[in-house]
Amino acid sequence: MHGRPRKATKPEDTAASAAKAAKLRDLQAQLLHQHNHRIYTSEALSASSKLLDMNPEIYTAWNYRKLALQHNLNEVTDPEIVKSAIKDELRVVEMALRRNPKSYGAWYHRKWVLSRGLAPVDFEREFQLLDQLLKADARNFHGWSYRRFVAKLKNVSEEEELKFTMDMINTNFSNYSAWHNRSVLLSWLLKQKAQGFDSKEDILTEEYELVRQALFTDPSDQSGWFYHLWLLDQTASPDELFLISSWPVPGSDLVLSMNDKADGYMLFPTSNFSLCYFFDKRTFPIILYFNQAVKGVSSSTVTTNSVFVANENLIWRPLLTTSSREAHCWVTYLNVPDVNPSNLKAYSVEISLGHSEGIVSSNGSCYKYPVQFEFTIKLNNNNLEQFNVESRQELFGWNYDDVCHPPEIPDINSFDQLKISEDHVAEGSKDKQWHLETLSNEINLFKELSEENCKFVNLTLARLLVAHDAMVSHGASLMQKRIHSEEVLKLYEEVIKLDPSHKRYYEDERSLVLMSQVTSDKEFLMKHTWHFSKLTSSSFHNHACLQLSGLSLSRIGFVEHLLWVQMLDLSHNNLRTIAGLEALQLLVCLNLSYNQISSFTALEPLKLLDSLRVLDVSFNEIGAHPIDTTRFLCMSPLSHTLDVKLKIDQFQKGDIKVGDHWEAILLFKDLRLTQLDVRGNAVANERFGILLTEVLPTLNWLNGERAR
Amino acid sequence: MGDLEAEKHVKYILSVEKKDDFESLVLEHLRMNGAYWGLTTLDLLHKLDAVDPDEVVSWMMECYHQDCGGFGGNIGHDPHLLYTLSAVQILALFDRLDVLDIEKVSDYVAGLLNEDGSFSGDIWGETDTRFSYCAICCLSILHRLDKIDVEKAVSYIVSCKNLDGGFGSIPGGESHAGQIFCCVGALAITGSLHHVDKDLLGWWLCERQCKDGGLNGRPEKLADVCYSWWVLSSLIMIDRVHWIDKDKLTRFILNCQDRENGGISDRPDNAVDVFHTYFGVAGLSLMEYPGLKSIDPAYALPVDVVNRIFFGK
Repeated sequence: MHGRPRKATKPEDTAASAAKAAKLRDLQAQLLHQHNHRIYTSEALSASSKLLDMNPEIYTAWNYRKLALQHNLNEVTDPEIVKSAIKDELRVVEMALRRNPKSYGAWYHRKWVLSRGLAPVDFEREFQLLDQLLKADARNFHGWSYRRFVAKLKNVSEEEELKFTMDMINTNFSNYSAWHNRSVLLSWLLKQKAQGFDSKEDILTEEYELVRQALFTDPSDQSGWFYHLWLLDQTASPDELFLISSWPVPGSDLVLSMNDKADGYMLFPTSNFSLCYFFDKRTFPIILYFNQAVKGVSSSTVTTNSVFVANENLIWRPLLTTSSREAHCWVTYLNVPDVNPSNLKAYSVEISLGHSEGIVSSNGSCYKYPVQFEFTIKLNNNNLEQFNVESRQELFGWNYDDVCHPPEIPDINSFDQLKISEDHVAEGSKDKQWHLETLSNEINLFKELSEENCKFVNLTLARLLVAHDAMVSHGASLMQKRIHSEEVLKLYEEVIKLDPSHKRYYEDERSLVLMSQVTSDKEFLMKHTWHFSKLTSSSFHNHACLQLSGLSLSRIGFVEHLLWVQMLDLSHNNLRTIAGLEALQLLVCLNLSYNQISSFTALEPLKLLDSLRVLDVSFNEIGAHPIDTTRFLCMSPLSHTLDVKLKIDQFQKGDIKVGDHWEAILLFKDLRLTQLDVRGNAVANERFGILLTEVLPTLNWLNGERAR
Repeated sequence: MGDLEAEKHVKYILSVEKKDDFESLVLEHLRMNGAYWGLTTLDLLHKLDAVDPDEVVSWMMECYHQDCGGFGGNIGHDPHLLYTLSAVQILALFDRLDVLDIEKVSDYVAGLLNEDGSFSGDIWGETDTRFSYCAICCLSILHRLDKIDVEKAVSYIVSCKNLDGGFGSIPGGESHAGQIFCCVGALAITGSLHHVDKDLLGWWLCERQCKDGGLNGRPEKLADVCYSWWVLSSLIMIDRVHWIDKDKLTRFILNCQDRENGGISDRPDNAVDVFHTYFGVAGLSLMEYPGLKSIDPAYALPVDVVNRIFFGK
């Protein structure tokens, strides 16, 4: 089916082909007959081997031979007969492999025969066959797979097999299969801490030298670059696990105040009266953000000491749109019970973790070093006159005509200043030294490479710089960490010119660098955070709005520094995904207008935002794409993550087909929006609007007009 | 660049039925797959009604093994997961799943799950992540996924994940776009895509695009139309398809057409076959080529068929 030239059939060809076809037809019919009637004579076997020579893909023929072997060797004790029968099978396989070295059936038959253990394996012959085939095609993955099988059977050491990969690589650097095998063997040896492989640093240093030869010899060959990426990953991945962010921010003093109509609570920092959070109930979140995805966060591994709730009653959950149990971000909700309002005492809430070993990352790192921080809450029953229920139902517009900057925003550096033990710092820096030195070394080497026209050189250099920035000492300020951002952004511009086919990959990478840059730049954040001053009577008064519009962002990242954000304006960007937004538990208003969201399934992260009330997704591409690229990244019956039947049928009304709108129904039915704008999307029409008001009983405003 | 020769391809597919030359005979044992490729392509081209469902179903049931519940590749051939999946997919296309003894067929499939979470293709024991996909997709369509220990099956697939983010046929096996499709598809269907490093794999997959615009299956190999499916559907499932140049790929696929006789080949000017015709058309569908039905990237069936299976009529 592959690699045959297209040509009109000539009469001579037709005749020859017809003869061949007749022969094949006969042999096939014969085989099926023999198989059906369980005829295993030597003539029958011979016919089957002729068939397999013509067409090694006929799996039933291989099955037949297995049955024949079992039948003919049943109750045979003479080892010579057994050996001869095995030899026959192996010979048939070799003949088939000559016809098609990639025949699944042939390879498996050989594996099956040897696995029977009926006769001693002639390893020399096996390795000879492999050498021949891998010489003819060094990328034959069937051969490599079979080699691993035989090596295991013979108990060949990993070190010896490592040498084989070295031989293959030395013969030809462009051997992805050999590099792959090498990475598998090395990972295993390092994990086992086998003799000679106990120093990960030494091994990686050697591998860097090895791959460098390949890269410098032929930078256009991909094999080395992928191997280099693996080495980089091993060098840059954090071994340590630590907390990088939280909300509330450590050391903050908050006031929880109830309004006179008792339908909501406001939480605000005493130092900054003009920044406040509104909650429907007396519960507010405590959010923890780690540098790696972790599991095991619970009240036994994170102790929350407060007068409000017993620690063991707190339930921590991961903030994920999937059913995974590992997440960067975890949340629990603290319920503040009714306390005597005249009591103006400030209650402290103390969070500590690292005292027990339950928090673990996916690569096995444990949260080792104890960390503690606190914040205080004061209860206040003074009515805040500005607030009333009706104003909650006002139409909210993203109107920047009348805005001002809040006097301050939460301190994003606070985590770096958290007191950590001396031991932690010392051990941390010891490990880090080799990693940082290696990265710096590679960076210098790559800068010297004169192959400016090679996209891999520029791309790898960008990745090295990003990894280096991420690794810089934990104690340094965030600004010190992003010294290479500008250089990296320029490199991505270069690569886009060199490799326009992958433009959107580089744009995504660029967006991440931009996000890391802006979220760690206090000055930038201050300049882009607003209060909508006109809304003095609205419940949105004093909510901080972060404006990140018009930045050509195609994806979001580094949200750990944005946990305090309540209003987020991401309009006029190139967003097709909002993955990462689920961590922003305090989000009340979100503007995604004028982006490239192409399906409701892409908005899955919103289901985790309990506080979200105002959503603008106008002027996106929802309904304009028959292919949904986030179809399997949301909870739905297609991926067995949701049982649907009852959930959508209840909305069946009139002539609208709910099956056509399951994405919208499954998304919105779990949200408590008071305001929604879907104008400018292909899906928006009158009937759809009616469906939305059915699915969202809390909706007051739809597309800028009253919903009911 | 020219358009998709839809009519010619329909004619080609309908003609393949009748061929009995050598090239067709060597593929006789996988006729069940061929039928699935041909019929799905016809449906994507809105021409499924050119075929009589009763004829197809009656031939299919002759390939069914009453004693075990599996389907063979053709009449007289042994049962195997590969053909059982194709059979179930064809019946889904025709909305005739009711002809099956669903318990029996799903028991056959579930019975091929091994202790370590891998699936054998048949009683002879060959394991390959292709079979994990076949089993999971098949059981899912039959609404019988609960007959297997899904967690075990998923963790086996995850054990086949490689350091480059891709997946091989067995643990330690080199990453290959075909295997990647099978693993990512199985993980998608079981709600387990969080096990995939989407950025790492997405980059490995988008680097399959060659200078001629076509996609290859692994580094330093030639482009081939069938990878327009394996790579593209994988990219779609992990939401990274925007990382390739769709226009260039579309042009590559269209250049692989035999504009005179219909059909699509692996590379421009090579011999056509149903396999590549299906993957070419399916790839174009994934890229929203006008005039085609949309295909689901995980189930490899038209979206309306999949929606019918999971959301009812």
